[in-house]
Amino acid sequence: MAVFILKRLAQVIPVILGVTLVVFLIMQMVPGDSAVILAGEGASEQTIEDLRESLGLNKPIYVQYFDYIKGVVQGDFGNSLKNGKPVLEEISTRLPITFELAMYSIAITIILGLIAGIVSAIRPYSWLDMSFMVIALLGISLPSFWLGILLMYTFAINLGWLPVAGWESPMHIILPAITLGAGGAAIVARMTRSSMLEVVNQDFIRTAKAKGLKGYVIIFKHALRNAMIPVITVVGLQFGSLLGGTVLVESVFAVNGLGRMIVDAIRTRDLPVVQGGVLVASLIFVFVNLIVDILYRVFNKRIDLN
Amino acid sequence: MSENVQAATLSQVRSQVKKKKRKELWQKIYSNKAALAGLIILSIYALMLIFGPLLSPYDPYEIDLQNKLQGPTLDHLMGTDDKGRDILSRILYGSYLTLGVGFSAVLFGGSVGILLGLVAGYYGGKIDSIISRLIDVMLAFPGILLALAIVSALGTSLINVTIAVGFFSIPMFARIVRGSTMEVKKLEYIDAVRTLGANNVIILFRHILPNILSPIIIQASMRLATAILSAAGLSFLGLGAQPPSPEWGAMLSAGRDFLFNAPHMALFPGIMISFLVLGLNLLGDGLRDALDPRMKA
Repeated sequence: MAVFILKRLAQVIPVILGVTLVVFLIMQMVPGDSAVILAGEGASEQTIEDLRESLGLNKPIYVQYFDYIKGVVQGDFGNSLKNGKPVLEEISTRLPITFELAMYSIAITIILGLIAGIVSAIRPYSWLDMSFMVIALLGISLPSFWLGILLMYTFAINLGWLPVAGWESPMHIILPAITLGAGGAAIVARMTRSSMLEVVNQDFIRTAKAKGLKGYVIIFKHALRNAMIPVITVVGLQFGSLLGGTVLVESVFAVNGLGRMIVDAIRTRDLPVVQGGVLVASLIFVFVNLIVDILYRVFNKRIDLN
Repeated sequence: MSENVQAATLSQVRSQVKKKKRKELWQKIYSNKAALAGLIILSIYALMLIFGPLLSPYDPYEIDLQNKLQGPTLDHLMGTDDKGRDILSRILYGSYLTLGVGFSAVLFGGSVGILLGLVAGYYGGKIDSIISRLIDVMLAFPGILLALAIVSALGTSLINVTIAVGFFSIPMFARIVRGSTMEVKKLEYIDAVRTLGANNVIILFRHILPNILSPIIIQASMRLATAILSAAGLSFLGLGAQPPSPEWGAMLSAGRDFLFNAPHMALFPGIMISFLVLGLNLLGDGLRDALDPRMKA
């Protein structure tokens, strides 16, 4: 296992370097002179020239990339053009909010998805199964930003049960977390159902039934454990769309997280903040994928041992 | 003479086989209720796309402040927006924008991805390693964040959103095509056409590509739904279509500010996007079951 983890860690390094390169190159795609854009409107020739010199924009592009990497490794993501504060400081205040939202959402994804998937698989083609699968199909098809608006209109504006927007109390978390987790829950439900249906038709389940084991023991001890492997992969993959989804959901519910920070920075052309935000979110995703890979291996190993 | 007859018979057999396969595919789609429902939904959208401007009761850009924020009535079936514009007319006109961005993005991402996947899968070795690492890196960006980064660099417009969404579709196509190409290139008929003197370009585009169309079609139908959602999402954030454009994501975004007194402004564009994506998902599932039963979920 240790060898496997080390191997996977080694594989992650070129991907991380690639991610930094892509983020760096995308920012080079900005039309026009970067120094003029970074200096802002109405800046004098001298200010632009000074900025070019201080940021090293007159150096060859590969030198600029190495300088950028050096900065990132030292935690220097540059300064915001809007308020002059270090980008890392901005990220460190926003990231915990997004992380909290993501954790609640992934919990909703897993709990709702597993319950719906298991119930559907236990009673396939029943009205309950059909209802869950229709809801799951709708969950996949509804744009998260629209679902957010619908939930906000129903539960906050019409019924007044929950706050409309913001991130001050636990009540504020409910609607954004459901909005963000719903799509993933739908995918996990579909995956759990099909994975369970495949497993329950296998010989070892028939043997377990023949041995007279109780229904819940067969479902939870034998079927679910075997059906979990593809489900873990899907949950891991969902984390990526979840991180992307925070951009939209945080904007709908005015949550001051990383996603909203990036969108606001795009609107004000605050490129260092966009660059830093996208890079941090992508690096988190790379590490989550690594953990999912290791978990996948752990589950596989356990099955092998049994 | 006999060679000509043989060639003619061969081409007849080929076209009969193609016809038979096409008939079987349609039969599979028709027998799958969900796929049929998807096909019906998408046909309605196609009709809307073609006849939208003809069916539109009002000018989608005409401002009528006396009738602003009206709920659905017989005169305005979907109500009016904050400028008094007829929402139904705007939705009918906006269909080509929402669908156009989705299709263009998939076409762009698909073309580049297919090309990269074909080259990586066929040539293998260092070329494959480089392209595969590139795919890995592009897949390392979560959700629409890569598209966001591109829009931030290129600037906010619907064309840039199309490029950005297309760009983040590239790795999905490349990965699938690479895998399929690696499988097909090992088959005997590829050796046979190579022995007959076919060059690599002909082998790739005439003999491998037509045989890996099934996974490409499945992927395209699935990606189309994602591309439409992503593009609408970017317009919703104000990074794509700009007012007074009747793009559905932008309309939904405008409706958000009037949730208290005119919820219909956000309701109808959302319904239109959701049903479109639902139709694509249903058809995508059906196509997957019909074309590649191994992938059945």
